[in-house]
Amino acid sequence: MSSQVSNIELDTTRAIAVQERQEAATRRRTVIMVSCCTLVCAAAQILMKIGTSRITHLDPVALATNVPLMAGYALYGVFCLMMILALRHGELSLIYPIISLAYIWVTVCSYFLFHETLNPLKLIGILSVIFGVAMLGRHKAEQ
Amino acid sequence: MITPVSSMLLVLLASVIGSLGAVFLKLGAAHLKSVWSLLNWRLGAGVWLYLGSSIFYGWGIKNGQISVLYPMVSLGYIWTLGWGRLIFNERVTSQKFIGLGFILLGVVCVGLGSK
Repeated sequence: MSSQVSNIELDTTRAIAVQERQEAATRRRTVIMVSCCTLVCAAAQILMKIGTSRITHLDPVALATNVPLMAGYALYGVFCLMMILALRHGELSLIYPIISLAYIWVTVCSYFLFHETLNPLKLIGILSVIFGVAMLGRHKAEQ
Repeated sequence: MITPVSSMLLVLLASVIGSLGAVFLKLGAAHLKSVWSLLNWRLGAGVWLYLGSSIFYGWGIKNGQISVLYPMVSLGYIWTLGWGRLIFNERVTSQKFIGLGFILLGVVCVGLGSK
C-alpha cells in the first residue's frame, strides 16, 4: 500500500518535472526568437536615422522618396507584426524587456556606421543587457 | 545641462503609457484568428498608446539629456512585470527579477556612457 502511494508521488513529481522542463524550453525558444527580432528593430532604427539625416527641409515628395526612411518605417512595421505574433503565446513580462536588445545593437552599429564612441561604461552596459536577457532565457527550474 | 524633474515625469509617463500599449497588443494578439483580425480595436489601441508614449517622450527630451532620459523608458519593463501579473496571471519569478535587474543596469550604463 505504502509503495503504491510512493509510486503515485513519484509519478506526480516526474510529471511536474517534465512540465517544468517543457516550460523552460518554451521560454528559451521565446527569448531566442524575440532576440533575433530585435535585429530587425535595430535595422529599422538605423535606417530611420540615415533617412532623417538626409532631410533638409519638409517636402512631402522628398520624404516619400527617401528610401532609407521608408525602408526603416516598413521594417519597423514588420517588427511590430513579429512582436504581436510573439505576444500571442509568449509572456508579456518576458518579451517586453528583451526589446531593449535593439538599443544595444543600435549602440554597437553606431560605433561602426556613425563612428560614435564606445567607452568602458557603454561596454559594461552592453554586456549587462545581454547577460540579463540570457538570464531570462536560462534553462533552470523556477522557484 | 541639468535634466529638470518635469522632463523626467514626462518620460516616466511615457514609459507607463508605452507599457500599457504592450498590454493592449497582447490582448489583441490573443484575438488573432485571421489577417483581418489584425484590425481589431485592441491592437489599434496598442499602436495608438505607443504613438502617444512617443509624443510624451519627445516632449520630455526637449529640455533634458537623452543620456539620462532614454534609460528611464526601460522602467516600462517593471510596469509590464506588474501588468503581466495583474492582467495575464504571469508568474513573477526571481529569474525575471534578476534578468530585469541586469537589463536595467545595462541600459542605464549605456545611457550614462553616451553623455
